[in-house]
Amino acid sequence: MSGESTFRLEVRKWLEANCPVEMRQPIASDDDICWGGRRFRFRSEAQRLWMERMVERGWTVPTWPKAYGGAGLDQEAAAILRQEMQVLGCRSPLDSFGIWMLGPALLKYGSEEQKLEHLPRIARGEIRWCQGYSEPGAGSDLASLATRAEVLEDHFLVNGQKIWTTYADQADWIFCLVRTDVTRKQGGISFLLFDMESPGVTTRPILLISGKSPFCETFFDDVKVPRRNLVGEVNGGWTIAKYLLSHEREMIGAAGNATDSRSMGRIAVDALGLDEQGRLLEPDLRSQIARFDTDEAAFGAWMERVAALARRGEANPAVASALKFYGSELNKRRWELIMATMGIEALEWEGARSNDGYLARGWLRTKGNSIEGGTSEVMLNVVAKRILGMPGA
Amino acid sequence: MMVLVLDDEQRLLQDSVQIFLDERAPVAHLRQLRDSADATGFCRRLWAEFAEQGYSAMLVPEAYGGLGLGVIEASIVSEQLGRTLTPSPFLSTAVLGAWAISHAGSDAQKARVLPRVAKSEAVVTLAVDEHVKHRPSVIATLATRDGDDFRLDGRKVFVLDAHVADFLIVVAQVPGHGLTLFLVESTAAGLTIERTSMVDAHNAGYVHLNGVRVGTDSVLGFIGGGADLLEKALDVGSVVVAAQLLGLADEVFGRTVAFLKQRKQFDRLIGEFQALQHRVATLYCDIELTRALVMKAVSAVDAQAPEHRRLTSQAKARACLTANTAVQEAVQMHGGMGMTDAFDVGLFMKRARVLQELFGDAAYHAQRVANLGGY
Repeated sequence: MSGESTFRLEVRKWLEANCPVEMRQPIASDDDICWGGRRFRFRSEAQRLWMERMVERGWTVPTWPKAYGGAGLDQEAAAILRQEMQVLGCRSPLDSFGIWMLGPALLKYGSEEQKLEHLPRIARGEIRWCQGYSEPGAGSDLASLATRAEVLEDHFLVNGQKIWTTYADQADWIFCLVRTDVTRKQGGISFLLFDMESPGVTTRPILLISGKSPFCETFFDDVKVPRRNLVGEVNGGWTIAKYLLSHEREMIGAAGNATDSRSMGRIAVDALGLDEQGRLLEPDLRSQIARFDTDEAAFGAWMERVAALARRGEANPAVASALKFYGSELNKRRWELIMATMGIEALEWEGARSNDGYLARGWLRTKGNSIEGGTSEVMLNVVAKRILGMPGA
Repeated sequence: MMVLVLDDEQRLLQDSVQIFLDERAPVAHLRQLRDSADATGFCRRLWAEFAEQGYSAMLVPEAYGGLGLGVIEASIVSEQLGRTLTPSPFLSTAVLGAWAISHAGSDAQKARVLPRVAKSEAVVTLAVDEHVKHRPSVIATLATRDGDDFRLDGRKVFVLDAHVADFLIVVAQVPGHGLTLFLVESTAAGLTIERTSMVDAHNAGYVHLNGVRVGTDSVLGFIGGGADLLEKALDVGSVVVAAQLLGLADEVFGRTVAFLKQRKQFDRLIGEFQALQHRVATLYCDIELTRALVMKAVSAVDAQAPEHRRLTSQAKARACLTANTAVQEAVQMHGGMGMTDAFDVGLFMKRARVLQELFGDAAYHAQRVANLGGY
């Protein structure tokens, strides 16, 4: 116990000394996120300093081994770091799909050579990754993907199209599911890594209902990928794909997209005001917010409990799907309530007053939460079959 | 320390309660009492066994023959009682009665009542409600000064186990002082009790107080100190009831899932239908997040943590909604069988209805969440 609290004090002291004051403010919009990568332009000197200092400590990926750019912390120590960052209000120094998704998959399935090549560059924010999973004909039924990779002597030849590739136009590398055997469905998929600057790769942003383009269409036209960029075996990619998906689901379920850290009740009081009895002037909204508050607290407790069970090795892996389902639906509810609470003020689309329609755009963006990374319907299928053991295909 | 996963000792308790209740008081026990129109609606022999098992003594301090355990342990028992629907004075006596007297009672009150509670030799119950809904801030029962004594006048409803109670904790207004709790013997002159035959075949009654004379020594805590004490006691009651609703929901859910895996229509198991799969999967999520929230609230109440009031109301509100959905879905998915008295699912629905009203339903607690949240 005393060792733990020494670590906590050390962390606190270091953060206080090294986290620039500007990096202790809540982010104002998605543009404030540090993604890293070859093409990333830091918004401020403070942002650059903060990332570099955390990289130095291995704290952008605290649980990864030191050899791969991490700090080799156990879960408990990592939790202390997270808590101390939260107390001080520190922003995340570096966010990336490399950290959240590819990293854990490489740690489990990558060769030593692949780990040494890719993990440190993720940890240091040098390479920004995107995920080549969905295709026009393979959404919920992901395993029906058709992007072909011909297995040639020293390379794969990739042809096909991906869609919903998040930030493909800003990414340096892609981790990509490709078909190496057309006679088997799940058993004919391989997991490849390649540079987005490879000849034959083109991207085209997709304009969403939020008026933003975080997703792209990505086209592959005779893209050559070296053999050594295959993770796992040829036709052995589905296992890796699923493992990575479970990390993605946890991330989406837990993340929300609330840059506003105020509680829903607080937001409503600030916007609507109270009557003489100290109650919100909109009684129906008041009840809805109380129900939401309750479900948000319950969801938080549930995540804590699942984490505690996982530490004891007692969590069913499919619970990630249950959390993804509930968390994304809850986040949609939160934003419906925000829109109902902010009323007319939330309707502006452009202009400095509304930070270019931050609320309206944020609200619309959440509608994708229950679609991306596995739809709510697919998540419920997983819960029914893998947790409840319901019969049928 | 938040308990979100039971430790080994707590699991041991959970297992032993489950084994005990499955053997001695399964749902069939409730049926037997109901069908024989039992005069008391509960089994005194079983209640005595609760004492042997230590369930009656959990919240009684060791100095008074109890075990000095906490709300966590009481909730473990309560959750299992939700699975078997066993009628007993556990909630009224071992939880509310024991908690209120050991926290606010005088030495004399403790010595008189607590050892008998621990041994299942006395039934103690809280007489708070007066309206069709739980409204503890609006109490009309009066306690007026009469020389050195008080005179209690009023009418109480939904008093658990009233017809077999030895002591009642009566919530009354003392003019000029406010809410005050009185520990009253059920044999007191002017006090009449009317048993209610309830939908869930559990036990409660009406209590009429007509000029019941009690001495100052019957005040529980201090005169005018009832509001705070009552709120704390009701919080303990609410989380323990939330745990019971959770156990009930989980049990009826398990029975429903099992039924979907054996009932065939259209030449296949009805559990193969996605329309049903999604509903049970959603309900699974509701139950699991209710479980986590109830555990968090129970340990917050046990530790009297600052956020325990909000968590309690959130837990009771959530447990009410989850249990209500679970029993509705159970009856619907069992089809015609769910409508028959021979199947147990209807009994779960009836009990859930009563437990929702007990100490405030989801709407009551949602309002309290808003009040505490300052909105």
